[in-house]
Amino acid sequence: MWKVWIVLRPALSLLLAFTVGAAFLAIAGLNPIKAYVVMLEGPFGSWWGVTETVVKATPLILTSLAVLLPAKMQLWNIGAEGQLHLGAIGATWVALFFPFRQEPQWVIPLMITAGFVAGALWAGIPGVLRAYLNVNEVITTLMLNYVAVLWVDYLIYGPWKDPVSLGFPLTPLFPGSARFPTIPGTRIHLGLLLGLVGVFLVSLILGRTRWGFEIRVIGDNPSAARYAGMNLAKNILLTMVVAGGLAGLAGVGEVAAIQGRLQRGISPGYGYTAILVAWLARLNPWATVLVSFLLGGLLLGGDSLQIAMGVPVSVVYLLQGLIFFFVLGGDALMRSNGVAK
Amino acid sequence: MEWLSETSVLRTLGDVEMEIAALLIPVLTAAVRAGTPVLYATLGEIFAERSGVLNLGVEGMMLVGALMAFVVTHMTGIPWLGVLAALLAGGLVSLIHGLLSITLRANQVVSGLALTIFGTGLSGFLGKRYIGVPAESFRPFPLPVLNDLPVLGPVLFRQDILVYLTYLLIPLASWVLYRTRWGLYIRAVGEHPEAADAMGVNVEGVRYACVTLGGMLAGLGGAYLSTAYTAMWIENMTAGRGWIAVALVIFATWDPLRAMGGAYLFGGVNALQLHVQAMGSALPTYLLLMTPYLFTIVVLILATRETARKRLGAPAALSIPYTRSG
Repeated sequence: MWKVWIVLRPALSLLLAFTVGAAFLAIAGLNPIKAYVVMLEGPFGSWWGVTETVVKATPLILTSLAVLLPAKMQLWNIGAEGQLHLGAIGATWVALFFPFRQEPQWVIPLMITAGFVAGALWAGIPGVLRAYLNVNEVITTLMLNYVAVLWVDYLIYGPWKDPVSLGFPLTPLFPGSARFPTIPGTRIHLGLLLGLVGVFLVSLILGRTRWGFEIRVIGDNPSAARYAGMNLAKNILLTMVVAGGLAGLAGVGEVAAIQGRLQRGISPGYGYTAILVAWLARLNPWATVLVSFLLGGLLLGGDSLQIAMGVPVSVVYLLQGLIFFFVLGGDALMRSNGVAK
Repeated sequence: MEWLSETSVLRTLGDVEMEIAALLIPVLTAAVRAGTPVLYATLGEIFAERSGVLNLGVEGMMLVGALMAFVVTHMTGIPWLGVLAALLAGGLVSLIHGLLSITLRANQVVSGLALTIFGTGLSGFLGKRYIGVPAESFRPFPLPVLNDLPVLGPVLFRQDILVYLTYLLIPLASWVLYRTRWGLYIRAVGEHPEAADAMGVNVEGVRYACVTLGGMLAGLGGAYLSTAYTAMWIENMTAGRGWIAVALVIFATWDPLRAMGGAYLFGGVNALQLHVQAMGSALPTYLLLMTPYLFTIVVLILATRETARKRLGAPAALSIPYTRSG
């Protein structure tokens, strides 16, 4: 009997969220049914649409892992968005300045490494502050998102600006050797493979390693972990750094495959959507793949809606907020009835 | 001859002072203006957290307040009606957090984040058509007598009515929190809900009241941005101020008077940064724009160290849902 609820409950929550969303669409003078049809057709109505949904899911997988891993030990990484931007900066630096003409085969591995390291260092700042000074990581990770975007702005308006861009804030286009390979006929790129490898490694770390064991114990009971002789500070820092690196990889993919250069708007808020992805996936690494695909579809549906009906893309975040509310409320109701857990 | 040179020295000193004042006063005046929206939001969050509810939705509530204030002001031409709309809208959306975290006992961090995402989306979605539209706004006016005070006059008393309102609101909040029965209930519910419950205090009721008050004040902070600080609506115009308010609550050690200091400090950094930009400094604009965020992190580090050293912790029951046992 309650087994049915496990499937039905999230479905009901989603249905309620989209129903309330419809009311907001109607307030704005739109036909909600028409709008939802457009939002479904865009990402799922054609083969091309599905491949584009996968393209959107790719950075979501990586950034949601960046939220998930720290969340396992009750740390809130709200900074995946900024870490993604740093990853993009790291990759761009390699693409623009590495003397690759002799050995082009090293460019992509170097971009990936630089992106990972840049994201990791960026997340290391709140990591150190939390690990050694007990500074609230929610606020520091979030503040650093704004700073990261401003770094991108600084670079593309200043030192890295393409001299022949006619004043547009863009870096020069990357050379071919710095572009991610794609599946022919689609924009699905190497980043997807990075994401899936990331999922595999994170689930391996959590399930099969000493480190993963410590993460889980610290998450469940920090004082017990301390009595057992686990080094909390080291674990906090390490987890944040790896998380930041994963989010950084998402940024590498966006510049190396989608844009081909560093510019504004490389992310429509993947790092924020990632919070919902990680949470809807119940912090299960493999589940993030499916949820990323669904929410990638939501992001793409938002784009379709903007093109077809001129609706601002922020409708996607309105709906995300509603999904959050209803799923959270549903969970809480179940818990208070003593059913779940 | 002797006395002549002495007066000229005095005169030069006076000139230097005048120059410093001429440079400083505009920056300080701007600091108070820039600090005011954050001050409202911080004050609201202090009440929510004092009652034991962490609300990370401040950014979203401010945005909804900013939009509603702007829309109503644009339609009616009366900024006060805009403020009223912002109070209502802020209070209303905060009730979502209240329902989830107080009644349904959901995780307060997740619920607050959800509220910020929702508020950002809602204001961006409904606000699209108001971008670039003009509206009436609150204008500064000098307060009689007080504005003639040296330095303090121009800095504090040639502002707009919403700034003056904070001068009354902050001492009032302080008085309510520390000197009245209501304040005692709020603090009791935030520190020891079981004891408060045993005393006959309605824990849920007090928490709802504080969360709603927090939402209204966040909405008012947003209204300040769109009807006084500027007279326009821009998507995401709060630019992280809601999160800065959450940080300032810790800096203020949950105390309204200290919140004033924190907010003006933030305002000062913001004003100085804008001033340096306006002077045509060689420092790149985008690096200057980072300073308020970096400042917030630094302030948070210092505040965390100080609260740890002096054991001035957060309310003991902060972010813990209350379940009556037995």
